[in-house]
Amino acid sequence: MSDFFSSGWSIYIAAATILGLVACLWLLIIAARRRVMADDNTTGHVWDEDLRELNNPLPRWWMWLFVITVVFAAIYLAIYPGLGSAPGSLNWTSVGQHREEQAKAHAETAPLFAGLAATPAAALARNPQAMAIGERLFANNCATCHGADAHGSKGFPNLADTDWLWGGTPEKIKETITNGRQGMMPPVAAAVGSAEDVRNVANYVLSLSGSPHNSIAAQLGRAKFAVCAACHGADGKGNQAMGTPNLTDNTWLHGWGEDAIVAMITRGKTNVMPAHGERLTPEQIHVLAAYVWSLSNAPATAAQ
Amino acid sequence: MTAPRSAAARVIPIVPVAGEPQMVSLYEKQKKIYPRSVHGWFARWRWAMVWLTQLLFYGLPWLNWNGRQAVLFELTSRRFYIFDLVLYPQDFIYLTGLLVISAYGLFFFTAVGGRLWCGYACPQTVYTEIFLWVEHRIEGERGARMKLDAGPWTPNKLWRKTAKHAVWLAIGLWTGFTFVGYFTPIQTLWAEAFTLAFGPWEWFWVNFYGLATYGNAGFLREQVCKYMCPYARFQSAMFDHDTMIVSYDTARGDPRGTRARGADLKTLGLGDCIDCGLCVHVCPVGIDIRDGLQYECIACTACIDACDSVMDKMKYPRGLIRYATQNGLAKRLSRAAMFRHVLRPRVLIYGAVLVAISVAFVVSLNLRHTFKVDIVRDRMTLARLVGQGQIENLYRVQLMNATERPQRYHLAVQGVPGIALASVGGAADAADVDVLPAQARWVTVAVRVSPQAAREIGPGAHPIRFEVAAADDAARVVRERSTFVVPR
Repeated sequence: MSDFFSSGWSIYIAAATILGLVACLWLLIIAARRRVMADDNTTGHVWDEDLRELNNPLPRWWMWLFVITVVFAAIYLAIYPGLGSAPGSLNWTSVGQHREEQAKAHAETAPLFAGLAATPAAALARNPQAMAIGERLFANNCATCHGADAHGSKGFPNLADTDWLWGGTPEKIKETITNGRQGMMPPVAAAVGSAEDVRNVANYVLSLSGSPHNSIAAQLGRAKFAVCAACHGADGKGNQAMGTPNLTDNTWLHGWGEDAIVAMITRGKTNVMPAHGERLTPEQIHVLAAYVWSLSNAPATAAQ
Repeated sequence: MTAPRSAAARVIPIVPVAGEPQMVSLYEKQKKIYPRSVHGWFARWRWAMVWLTQLLFYGLPWLNWNGRQAVLFELTSRRFYIFDLVLYPQDFIYLTGLLVISAYGLFFFTAVGGRLWCGYACPQTVYTEIFLWVEHRIEGERGARMKLDAGPWTPNKLWRKTAKHAVWLAIGLWTGFTFVGYFTPIQTLWAEAFTLAFGPWEWFWVNFYGLATYGNAGFLREQVCKYMCPYARFQSAMFDHDTMIVSYDTARGDPRGTRARGADLKTLGLGDCIDCGLCVHVCPVGIDIRDGLQYECIACTACIDACDSVMDKMKYPRGLIRYATQNGLAKRLSRAAMFRHVLRPRVLIYGAVLVAISVAFVVSLNLRHTFKVDIVRDRMTLARLVGQGQIENLYRVQLMNATERPQRYHLAVQGVPGIALASVGGAADAADVDVLPAQARWVTVAVRVSPQAAREIGPGAHPIRFEVAAADDAARVVRERSTFVVPR
């Protein structure tokens, strides 16, 4: 046990606990009998001139309740942890109980998930029960970043549209959930050139999606786009194998407009999707991936 | 007292009083009480209350309503069905209201008539009454029971004791079964009982409640009232000198003494009490009411019936022990004069509060909405930019249907210029949500504000209002507040 700096504390607490129990019994015994006056049933003491203490005995069964609590405590301390760091004969721990309950829950849901895991994602998307499970898994694991409606926000991709960084097939989604992803845009301003050059490239990037831009600057920036093309491709359509975004559509994960693009080229960005392979079972991930896939592929009413 | 305080601690002089000290145990072995059975006007009232309360308790779970158990508290799904009502845990306020009404009811009746609750309606009294009746049937009257307990273990004693405990246990377990029947459909539970197919919690509660009934009504009895019950103590605190309590008329009864029937009291110098001790024999808490008001007295009125029967035999007027006020006895007030004192400020205030709360309870229960709405801002970012610079906020909306029909609810949002629903439950341009009977459903709702409006109201959190109406009754609108965040 790492709860104590020294094992002496454990012995100290165990001793205090046992002494406390013994003291309870001792108190019950010494308080059992009392000298009272034979004629008026008082203890014979007089305080403040006329205050006298009447002997008003406790029912004996009530005393047995005290004894029972002491016996209960002794049994409890023998089988459960309580005496210092002694584990008790049952070796019970809250972590162990949690694991047991989790294992039980997994065993109960295993047949259900086994059936779901054997079904392809496209079929699951039409299964209301599977989608309800998926929705709950999503709410508990994904919604914190991607939002309850999966539309994401700045820095957190929208999962309900058809634009995918790493691929939108159920298999790719599964891979993303299981292993996580790490998207990295290096700061490439130095390679592009001067601040003016960076601004020109940004305008060229805006022109790819037909967004409002300065067309002269865009023309000038075109040549410098070669630095970007290494990852985003010569046509700027990105590469799902590397997770590089498509610059020709209207999805702007890290902000839209010249300033946002300039900031991206200058500072770069590392964006992480954490791995969930440890938190969720492969069957759960299968159902969850089918749910995420259904958001952009199956009719949304399937979930209802 | 006037002596100057010295530096040393003040010493309280302990002065021994006369008498020889003696060692006694401070844990008292309880003397078993053998109440004699009693008949009469008040006993009939008490039995009427036993029937009324127990028919209600044992019978209610078997009553069906709209194709389900009329009164059912489903703990797993947390729905509480009481006839037409479907209550959610969020309706806890009604339970609070009920408890406040019960409390004021207790105050009111106690101020008027003393411990009426204890004497007539408390489960402890009611079950003790039932168990005593069983005991009387099997073991006989007070004297027979005392003799049986004192005697050796004969086959007769063995069988009577076995039979008594078997019947007690049966009543106890049936009580436990009925109790569980309020939380699990009792008809299913009854079917399970034959195959002993209870779940672990059902086993526990049937036996726990059953054995508690057996122990409390069979063995602990008056001990519960004397040592455990908090109400017993605070009810006595609500008495005053105009409270109708069970009283012995000392002025009329004393001096007590035996006498021949028809003897002249004046020459004997006696009161009406013949000192037969019957009022003590019938007392379930083992007190002598002639000693005056005592905290043990649960106002069961057994002594009134017992004394009246004796007065009838002696051809004396009834009511040597009767409901009377302390003022009434002291000032020799007539019955009518005592009743007039009932309407005193304490009673009027308790009564007024009781009526007011009861009316408020009934009215609010009738005006309550048949659905509830809970708005929770999504746990994601506060706000996001979408489309052409529009600001979007996400909400999780829980709709709780408190009817037993499927319902459709219509959502709307107000509070900021140009605010509008963008999607409801993942569907754009939708505003209706279907919820199954007695179910709650979470839907994700996106709300948008145009860039112009967002600039107008400026950054920060702006109060908004969701308005939810039942599709079949547009007049019933639930308004819930939330906030809309415009980022800097």
